[in-house]
Amino acid sequence: MTEVAVGSKFPRFLTRTRGDAHGMAVPGTTSPTAIPSGLSRDQLLDLYRWMRLTRTLEERLVALYRQTKVVGGLFRSLGQEGCAVGSAFALERRDVLSPLIRNLGSMLVKGAEPLEILRQYMAKGDSPTRGRELNIHFGDVVDRNFVGQISHLGDMVPVMAGVTLTFRMRGEDRVGLVYVGDGATSTGAFHEGINFAAVQRCPLVVVVENNGYAYSTPTFRQTAAAQFVDKAIGYGIPGVRADGNDVLEAYRVTKEAVDRARSGGGVTLIELLTYRRKGHAEHDNQSYIAPGEIEHWAEHNDPIDRYVTRLTQEFGFTAEELARVDDVVRADVDAATDLAEQSPPCDGPDALVGVYANPATMPALWYREGISSAVNEHERPASWGTHHV
Amino acid sequence: MSEITFLEAIREGISEEMERDPAVFCLGEDIGGFGGAFKVTEGLQAKYGEQRVIDTPIAEAGIIGAAAGAAHYGMRPIVEMQFIDFISCGYDMLTNYVATARYRAFLPCPIVVRGPSGGYVRGGPFHSQNPEAAFLHTPGLKIAYPATAEDAKGMIKAAIRDDDPVLFFEHKYLYRRIKGTMPAGDVVVPLGTARVAREGKDLSIITYAATVWKALEAAEVLEREDGLSVEVIDLRSLLPMDDAAIVATVKKTNRVLVVHEDTVTGGIAGEITARINELCFEWLDAPVRRVAAHDVPLPYAPPLEDFVLPQTSDIVRASRWLAAY
Repeated sequence: MTEVAVGSKFPRFLTRTRGDAHGMAVPGTTSPTAIPSGLSRDQLLDLYRWMRLTRTLEERLVALYRQTKVVGGLFRSLGQEGCAVGSAFALERRDVLSPLIRNLGSMLVKGAEPLEILRQYMAKGDSPTRGRELNIHFGDVVDRNFVGQISHLGDMVPVMAGVTLTFRMRGEDRVGLVYVGDGATSTGAFHEGINFAAVQRCPLVVVVENNGYAYSTPTFRQTAAAQFVDKAIGYGIPGVRADGNDVLEAYRVTKEAVDRARSGGGVTLIELLTYRRKGHAEHDNQSYIAPGEIEHWAEHNDPIDRYVTRLTQEFGFTAEELARVDDVVRADVDAATDLAEQSPPCDGPDALVGVYANPATMPALWYREGISSAVNEHERPASWGTHHV
Repeated sequence: MSEITFLEAIREGISEEMERDPAVFCLGEDIGGFGGAFKVTEGLQAKYGEQRVIDTPIAEAGIIGAAAGAAHYGMRPIVEMQFIDFISCGYDMLTNYVATARYRAFLPCPIVVRGPSGGYVRGGPFHSQNPEAAFLHTPGLKIAYPATAEDAKGMIKAAIRDDDPVLFFEHKYLYRRIKGTMPAGDVVVPLGTARVAREGKDLSIITYAATVWKALEAAEVLEREDGLSVEVIDLRSLLPMDDAAIVATVKKTNRVLVVHEDTVTGGIAGEITARINELCFEWLDAPVRRVAAHDVPLPYAPPLEDFVLPQTSDIVRASRWLAAY
């Protein structure tokens, strides 16, 4: 069963193929998508709010980064908010999400708080990972159901195969969604995971977020395939390609895949076409991008601008209604920033906690401290090795 | 009570845990109807069904990753590497993902990755490896490497019940050569504890896995021909390592030989030697010595493999040097 939606139904700027990654030409206007069935007016506004929150929060992070309050790198999803928000919106709370660095929007939709994101980026002692991890690499398998990624691309696909295998084995009505970028599709883990999940008919949706670049490498240097969705044929699973900068389209195709997974239809590969308007991280000067390319996308194919147009022109929302959302989002981010700034820094010895669930016999500090007393007493002082969970 | 082999002891341990806990399931290559390359899982699929004994594609990274994902949501997967040599294909998953999951993201990851390891069986470079040192310095993992049938059963049960990821190495030379009588009841051998395989007072040999048996042979020779009383410590658990047992034997005999089958450079013997140096140097009457494999890939031909791997005669020779120091 393979139903591959080919690129011909999309405007040229969304069907970049070999050789034209730098020539994204003139974006056309996409044909309007009907309001997906089942979405209420409030939900339409929710989609807008999540995208606006994503952008506002990231803009705040940029400001904090420039003030050197963000520790390490900062990874933007500017221009990709529609992919993350639209696709995650198709999940229920019980479903599991594994995001990548450019899927902040999906984390917010799934229940992550701006305060958590700010604390995490600022490496605060009360951040979700207590300073052990960066950006949105955190997990919550108890309540909100996200599985934090690692930096090794592709690895989350097998992990999510296992998560969803569990749901299938237990007969639980739950689905998993894992994001990968175009670069991650080249890894062995991507292949192994998606093949495993396909064979086992796991309730999994794999979203390839094709933003044109893996760090600095354009898509045509990443794969000889005309489109990533072609790979679905090789795994014997349905593949769907869609305009990721249309949040409703991202929602629609993901919802279909989620529904298929939930009803026993197994894995779907979705390719969402989008564009990364910032560098790999803030330090990246994007010298590899053709002049005008970014501006072109910003002007003609911004997911929020496009959605605002539809909200106001097709669905009857007023500019005032949207401005009220903007105000609430800004106030929320301001309040979260104030709290994050007041959060305590991490304390060095806390780094020793929690490597093991059951660390009873693991040494901690003996090799750095007090060797002589260890020699004399053949045992360590009682205060050592006590940093246990 | 009848004796069973090392291999059967592992199967018995797995089966009892599957019986006890429905969250325990197995996945690996050819482990279902075929029962695995060495038949460790033979009969388990017939008993527990295809849902709990899953034949997977050939994909070590995929299998280990899937096990991790399942473990996050309450399952207790047991992954079989067809040969432990292939664990290198899952190295990224184990070291970067599995080992860090709890620490960096509070994701529970109770998985067991088990498989046949070791040489002395003419398996050549890719079916004879001892990869334990590659994982020893990865915080978050635990490493078990039993040498007796009783420990094989007791430790696989401990590994399955452990809330941390455990690498469980099964020396294939021992699979059918070593037998043991299983104690009655639900006996679990805790990880992190060494075993005194033979009491002695003149010299300690610290070792694990197949070379435990070679050390015991050497101890017999040394007692018979030299009148030496040799203590043999079977570490059983490499991570966490039983420092107390190491210190106790050093304090008792004052001379230590560390023996392992893995190659010498960067091997675990170096770590053990360092710990002895830091914890109980003043009790040593001689430098700590090592007997390990030569630093070459393990060759196939019997004369070559025998030359490269540590033999009983090597242990005897090094022990005599230590005793005379």
